[in-house]
Amino acid sequence: MSSSSQVTESWISSFCGLLGHEYFAEVSEDFIEDDFNLTGLQSQVPMYKEALEMILDVEPDDDDDEEDEEEEDEEDDEILGDERPTGYRRASDRRHLRIASDLSVIESSAELLYGLIHQRYITSRPGIQQMAEKYELQHFGTCPRVNCVSCKVLPVGLNDTPGHETVKLFCPSCLDVYTPPNSRFQTVDGAFFGTTFGSLFFMTFTELDVGGTRPSNSAADALIAIQAQSAEAKSRNPSTPANVTSINGVAPHNLAPGLGAGNIYEPRIYGFRVSERARSGPRMKWLRMRPADVTELDETRRYWDEHDGDEADRPDEDDMNMVDVAGEGKGVQVDRRKKVTARRRRANGSGNGGGSPMDTNGVGGPG
Amino acid sequence: MDDFNSETDSDYTSYWRDWFISSRGNEYFCEIDEEYLTDRFNLTGLNTEVQYYQYALDLVTDVFDFDCDDDMREQIEKSARHLYGLVHARYIVTTRGLLKMLEKFKKSDFGKCPRVMCDSQPLLPMGQSDIANTSPVKLYCARCEDLYNPKSSRHAVIDGAYFGTSFHNILFQVYPAMLPPKSQRRYEPRVFGFKMHAAAALARWQGEQREGMKERLRKVGIETGFENEDEEVESEEEDDDMEIGDGFEQGQPGAAVAIHDR
Repeated sequence: MSSSSQVTESWISSFCGLLGHEYFAEVSEDFIEDDFNLTGLQSQVPMYKEALEMILDVEPDDDDDEEDEEEEDEEDDEILGDERPTGYRRASDRRHLRIASDLSVIESSAELLYGLIHQRYITSRPGIQQMAEKYELQHFGTCPRVNCVSCKVLPVGLNDTPGHETVKLFCPSCLDVYTPPNSRFQTVDGAFFGTTFGSLFFMTFTELDVGGTRPSNSAADALIAIQAQSAEAKSRNPSTPANVTSINGVAPHNLAPGLGAGNIYEPRIYGFRVSERARSGPRMKWLRMRPADVTELDETRRYWDEHDGDEADRPDEDDMNMVDVAGEGKGVQVDRRKKVTARRRRANGSGNGGGSPMDTNGVGGPG
Repeated sequence: MDDFNSETDSDYTSYWRDWFISSRGNEYFCEIDEEYLTDRFNLTGLNTEVQYYQYALDLVTDVFDFDCDDDMREQIEKSARHLYGLVHARYIVTTRGLLKMLEKFKKSDFGKCPRVMCDSQPLLPMGQSDIANTSPVKLYCARCEDLYNPKSSRHAVIDGAYFGTSFHNILFQVYPAMLPPKSQRRYEPRVFGFKMHAAAALARWQGEQREGMKERLRKVGIETGFENEDEEVESEEEDDDMEIGDGFEQGQPGAAVAIHDR
């Protein structure tokens, strides 16, 4: 009997198989069984113990020999019929009653508990890995924004405590959040995914190409391409230096690739752009902007470039370096940094005779 | 369509157009007036764009009585839909057309903005090109001024040229009261409560651009159209939080994870 072919589905996999629960990863039992991972959840979930048992498919009450007992039950029924010992029956009745009255409460508690464990699980190593597989398979869908060209998204919460917001989708290409397209996800609590997961995911998998394949200019994009060109021509720094490999901890090509020149909608009427000064003119372009040269976002350096005076407080070179550059030796880096600074000076028009500490500090000639 | 055929003819019912706009997938279209369709001036140039132009026009205006086989009928039907779409793009920028589309806009017939911070702002259909068969219809959100793909695949196949590149902008020029207040609220990616440095730095840079724009507008005395600005400015000022992801805590996420999964 125990070797019957129909293996009953675990609570976890049946929960994840429900309609609208497509975003959930299956939390491993090892993770749930480790009490450390459940710290503090007891106070958040009513009927915590029962809910936990339900998630782990542990039969309520103490019996390890549950299955044997049930087999006996059946046999008893057949053989003894009504003449079963009354005490025995009462115990099972009691259990049935309890289950009937509390089942729905326990079920909802179990869902809440599972969600909260899930929030923690997907920030753990195996959990985030599991979500990465789901991400690759596009289980979470794509960004609805046209200029994000179907970039893959992640489920996130806007709050870590349940009962506030439903699950949202975070697009790494435009760094914005969207409502899932299907209404069946509007019953899923955002807290079950949490606020941390979305960002942690892309910090963990830095090698992912978040923007996906951006199409090369097709006929429809011709106008956009021209816009992009003119926008770039206008800007001071034409583009990010090719040797920058990291800005503020992110690879430049992964820093909001769906934003910036060419990815901003330009309203037009009969081909003519609508002026910013028009009442109905564009006001939200900033939301989709991105500097053509991402080193502009290196705030630490910008700050110190503007505050040349306070030399005493100035952090040393390594602490200031929020831009990673590809190069063989330190000398190359320093050289490049010098150039960046020099260019800034010129751009800012605050040239102070080249007497900057930057120029004399640690100048190692190239090579 | 059978339903309509079983009824008697009436001058006031437009069978084909009624059927067309009420059929599934055509929810974005409004009904074009009979007078507009019958005025040849409004159709200038379309005869070269549409196959079987005359038959198609007859079908759209319900005077079609050409006896033909099913294949031909199918072809003409297709042309009629194309013709209707092309006329639609012209019609919706007329006074009457704008009004009809405005009503649909108010009822959120075109859907709502998927962006969370836009609070279900109703959308408008638009095309990225005025030339037929270049790109499918997109949806424009007036709050975030961005374009989105329709949710449903049955809408994603409609030609964008049936709405055109100008319509939604004209609508807000004609009915500026319909412009939603712009919002400065935005999503801040965070890890364990700390803002992501890269995203936060970009957001601050964007904020600078925004303030620059506001300054430009203020100089020429034009309203910026942002909602509750003062609150926003305040909340921005108190943001001196530490940030994560700036390269200083290499291996940190892994370390945090290690505690959890033992």
